[in-house]
Amino acid sequence: MKRNNLLELGVGIFMLAGILGLVFLGLRVSGLGVGVPNDTFTLTANFANIGGLRPQSKVTMSGVRVGKVTNIQLDPKWFDAKVTMELDSEYEGKLSNDTTAAILTSGLLGEQYIGLTVGGAPEMLHDGDVIHDTQQALVLEELIQQFVSNMAN
Amino acid sequence: MMRHIHALGRATLDIVSSIGRAGLFLIQSIVCLPSREGFHLWVRQMHFVGVMSGAIVLVSGLFIGMVLALQGFTILVGFGADEALGQMVVLSLVRELAPVVAALLFAGRAGSALTAEIGLMKATEQLTSMEMIGVDPLRRIVAPRLWAGFVSLPILTVMFAVVGIWGGYLVGVDWLGVYEGSYWSNMQDSVDFVDDVLNGMIKSLVFGLVVTWIAVFQGYDLIPTSEGISRATTRTVVYASLAVLGLDFVLTALMFGDLG
Repeated sequence: MKRNNLLELGVGIFMLAGILGLVFLGLRVSGLGVGVPNDTFTLTANFANIGGLRPQSKVTMSGVRVGKVTNIQLDPKWFDAKVTMELDSEYEGKLSNDTTAAILTSGLLGEQYIGLTVGGAPEMLHDGDVIHDTQQALVLEELIQQFVSNMAN
Repeated sequence: MMRHIHALGRATLDIVSSIGRAGLFLIQSIVCLPSREGFHLWVRQMHFVGVMSGAIVLVSGLFIGMVLALQGFTILVGFGADEALGQMVVLSLVRELAPVVAALLFAGRAGSALTAEIGLMKATEQLTSMEMIGVDPLRRIVAPRLWAGFVSLPILTVMFAVVGIWGGYLVGVDWLGVYEGSYWSNMQDSVDFVDDVLNGMIKSLVFGLVVTWIAVFQGYDLIPTSEGISRATTRTVVYASLAVLGLDFVLTALMFGDLG
């Protein structure tokens, strides 16, 4: 009986290690959040070209993560990309309405994300507002083309 | 001429009937009502098949994670992208290396032992004696081993991946000086729980079933001599390894191959 208990204890620890490992893979490695999601508010911005931006890309301000991109659609009116993002609600009413949004790249080969820069206007952005002043993603081919045509002149 | 055609026909029939026997064998032994007695038998096998394989899986996971980080670093640093090290280590571990290497180690460590054990039971006519006293050897001997392998390989795979990530961390961050924050955050940005982690788990569930199935069937179906046991043990490791590698390609193509 004693030996059997020891055996069951070993198997129990083994199963527990598996479950804990899966939790570790979920939380620490895949970055799944637990519990209640933070309160957020939504902003949209239209970009002429979003490059490699995709849903779940981060939204930053001075390099600090403040939210994420939730949806990207083609705006059928202007044929540009309409990007919806969710920001932490603690910034609601604190960003001026001339805030600019730019699509930036982390490192040379890194992923693309949105960087916000606050302006100086007295009116603030609220839930559902639109950021008008945007800067499209840098596309390498266009840059090279520009460079080559400048060289030709 | 006729003799060769005969031989071809016999070989084909042998293969088909052995696949059929293996399928029947799997269904007959895996479908069983849970009982208290069966649970204890299963725990005993979990101990042998799972817990005792823990050490080899942990040590290999650690070394594979460490070597991935070392190799990945020397390649990535050439692009100035050494921050992506965490991402590289984790994706290759979780998607491929952990399920496959854990399954190969499992086939060598536990599979061969299962074949030899059941084979020796058959050679010493223990299985026949069980049938004589009215105990179904499929229920009593095979089913607990099958279930134990099926359950324990995914757990071993998770342990392999976690230890590998830690090994990559030791080499990448502590030794080579990749920034710790970017190791973890790049990993979290690029790894999706369902697409990467759960697909890896599905792979290891399939491998667990296939490897244990091959092992117990080879043990149950062998020629009951000492030579037969040694042949069957070899076949277990060879067939199981080939099945794991082949299935891995098929599963990867199904999971990650829809590039269109």
